[in-house]
Amino acid sequence: MTNKFISVKNNEPVPVKTIPELTYKEFTDICTSLVKDKIHCHIVNYFGYRENNNIKLICCIADDQEQSINVLSTNVETDASYPSLTIDVPAFDKFEREVYENFGVKFEGHPWLKPVRYPFNRANKQQTIENYPFLKGSSEELHEVGVGPIHAGVIEPGHFRFICHGEQILHLEIQLGYQHRGVEQLMLQKQSLNERITIAESIAGDSAVEHATAFAQLWESLCNIETDKSTAFGRSLAQEIERIAIHTGDMSAICTDIAYQLGSAVFGRLRTPMVNFFQEWCGNRLCKGLIRVGGFNYPFTEALGKRFLEILTIYERDFEEMATQLFKLPSALGRLERTGVVENDQIYQIGAVGMAARMSNLKRDIRMSHPYANYKNMNHQPVVKRHGDVYSRTQIRKEEIRQSIGYIRNWINNIPEFKKVDASNYTAQADTFVISLTEGWRGEVCHCAITDNKGMLKVYKIKDPSFHNWKALELAVRNNEISDFPICNKSFNLSYCGHDL
Amino acid sequence: MISFILIVLVSIVFSGVIIRTKSLASGRKGPGILQPMKDIVRLWRKGAVYSKTTSFVFQIAPSIYFASLIMAALLVPFGGEKGILSFQGDFVMFAYVLALGKFMMIISSLDTGSSFEGMGASREALYSMLTEPAFFILMGSFALFTGQSSFADIFNNLHLRSENAYMIGILAAFVLMFIAMIENSRMPIDDPKTHLELTMIHEVMILDNSGFDLGLILYSAQLKFAIYGALIANFFITSMPFTIAIPIFLGIQVLFAFIIGLFESFMARFRMNHNPQFVFILTSVAMLIFLGVLLVLGKLI
Repeated sequence: MTNKFISVKNNEPVPVKTIPELTYKEFTDICTSLVKDKIHCHIVNYFGYRENNNIKLICCIADDQEQSINVLSTNVETDASYPSLTIDVPAFDKFEREVYENFGVKFEGHPWLKPVRYPFNRANKQQTIENYPFLKGSSEELHEVGVGPIHAGVIEPGHFRFICHGEQILHLEIQLGYQHRGVEQLMLQKQSLNERITIAESIAGDSAVEHATAFAQLWESLCNIETDKSTAFGRSLAQEIERIAIHTGDMSAICTDIAYQLGSAVFGRLRTPMVNFFQEWCGNRLCKGLIRVGGFNYPFTEALGKRFLEILTIYERDFEEMATQLFKLPSALGRLERTGVVENDQIYQIGAVGMAARMSNLKRDIRMSHPYANYKNMNHQPVVKRHGDVYSRTQIRKEEIRQSIGYIRNWINNIPEFKKVDASNYTAQADTFVISLTEGWRGEVCHCAITDNKGMLKVYKIKDPSFHNWKALELAVRNNEISDFPICNKSFNLSYCGHDL
Repeated sequence: MISFILIVLVSIVFSGVIIRTKSLASGRKGPGILQPMKDIVRLWRKGAVYSKTTSFVFQIAPSIYFASLIMAALLVPFGGEKGILSFQGDFVMFAYVLALGKFMMIISSLDTGSSFEGMGASREALYSMLTEPAFFILMGSFALFTGQSSFADIFNNLHLRSENAYMIGILAAFVLMFIAMIENSRMPIDDPKTHLELTMIHEVMILDNSGFDLGLILYSAQLKFAIYGALIANFFITSMPFTIAIPIFLGIQVLFAFIIGLFESFMARFRMNHNPQFVFILTSVAMLIFLGVLLVLGKLI
């Protein structure tokens, strides 16, 4: 078995030729055996790229127990048909659709090879966003409700098509792709590191830290740049502050959607000191411009640390008071509990990651299973909830905020001396494959890169947690009332642009 | 006459008081009391835009809705003082004039052909249908209690018979307050502030209305609150002199707006399928009033 795939660690560069290249039959067998019925394994990425007129497919399956990522590959031809993996492992669904859309490789037995995001270089230009093939309800009893792509709130575009029986949702289909900017292509075209990391920061505006960290770690591994603990400290700190900020904002948004004005106002106000602290630290409220290859840009001084501890003390007092209020208010609990339930089995089948997995008793957290930065030296225990409803997702936010505050207090006690490596002196290794995983507030962010024989980027593949988790939202709203859709949606708070790239 | 003038006066500031209460409750300063009315006046100065898919129904509905509320306001007395219109059984007229306006709004929203507005219309129709028994049992009980069948006569004779009338009056105020909140699609049935089409009831029905028409609809909502507030006030002012009755009237209206503001600040909206249960509570309270009246009149035993 060992020569059928290669096990790598998070951020461990390996020569491309060491990734075993199997026949498609062997490839599917191994992929299925690696992930099927194994609760500790999930697909982190499965993508293709053009090589010698063929398509090379690379599958990366994370094994949380072994703390390793199993990588294997195969070659397929464009416009040919191959048996689908989705039949055995439903989590492959979106990935196979993506390969089909990009290269025209057909997967026999796949339920429905629909377009994913309409990339500019897709195989079939006839497929356009206007003629997306929606599932139709044929009964007179049913009615369809289409929402978007332009929404009432100031949010990103995406189309939601509901098939309803009266007020009850029977089926939801989410059509995305309106935000496609060609990020992966831009990563290859732009040569300077500053341009690339700026693009990485803009993949999803609310997860700037995770995507930038993933890119920085990946590039550091490719170039063998040694970073010290000051880099690990700064990046982990930024990530936890971002987690607190976004989780608080989400709790405010959930309160808005259940029309609980007090919660909405108080949590909304509490988010501000967190993002304003980013402004003080690095001059940007969304923490753009902080994380760079070789370290981070703005030193975290003792004075900043002291100031942040003061902010935290005030924040914690108000947050605890408001959270207690919210979780004992009967009318709020009436809206949150047993709304938008996704069972543990469903979550496992679709391969959801991050918070969406943990809310349904699936312990999946990169900080624990594939640690990086500061998380390497600590025994991170993820917050796990059991019910899989909106209430669990709100509770997870509350408890992760507490956990992050604890971590930050610990780290700030011991601020390492600031050090930044000048990355411009380094060049990337040739013919190398590297995968970098980070755990953002939404879930696992995965960046993969392959270099050519001159050390230039040949393939750059990004996967935002939203890519898996949109499916969880589709399942969550089934048999719920259509008027509960907004809180289900908000409780996941998935990214449109992270998915569309 | 006096009641009509007071209703119009109160309607100008009613939403303002609600919004100010909500702002203060969430730690904000909030806009001036007159701001909602200023917005409405601004809308009145604008023209309306009509979608190509709509017919004449959509264009006449807001005016009929507004007219129905003016008509209803004419029927409301001020304690012993008759309303501008007053006759035997005028409370039936009152209920169905309001229902006519609502019916026009429902068919106008169906006229747009939008799936959102269809959902809103079906919700609105359901909830107002469910409130109807509460209103009629309530008014029927008072008609039985006083032996009269017009608003003015009922309120005039309410406190002649016994002090129990105040107790029944408080229960009636409770029922009418919630009927007003349901009819106006406020919390906890509907969230007037939301931007989410899928959870709205009333707001989603008027998504396509604009300019002058929208102004009429928004003003009608304020008027409706003031009318129900006036009815509530009538349970407590009888043939008092105006110098006492008018401050009581205004006080009750402000208190009414204040209570609505508090409701909207400190609780979450109900889940949509719990709303009918909640609406039925009003009918059961109205039944309680009916039983109380039977007991007082000695007709039960």
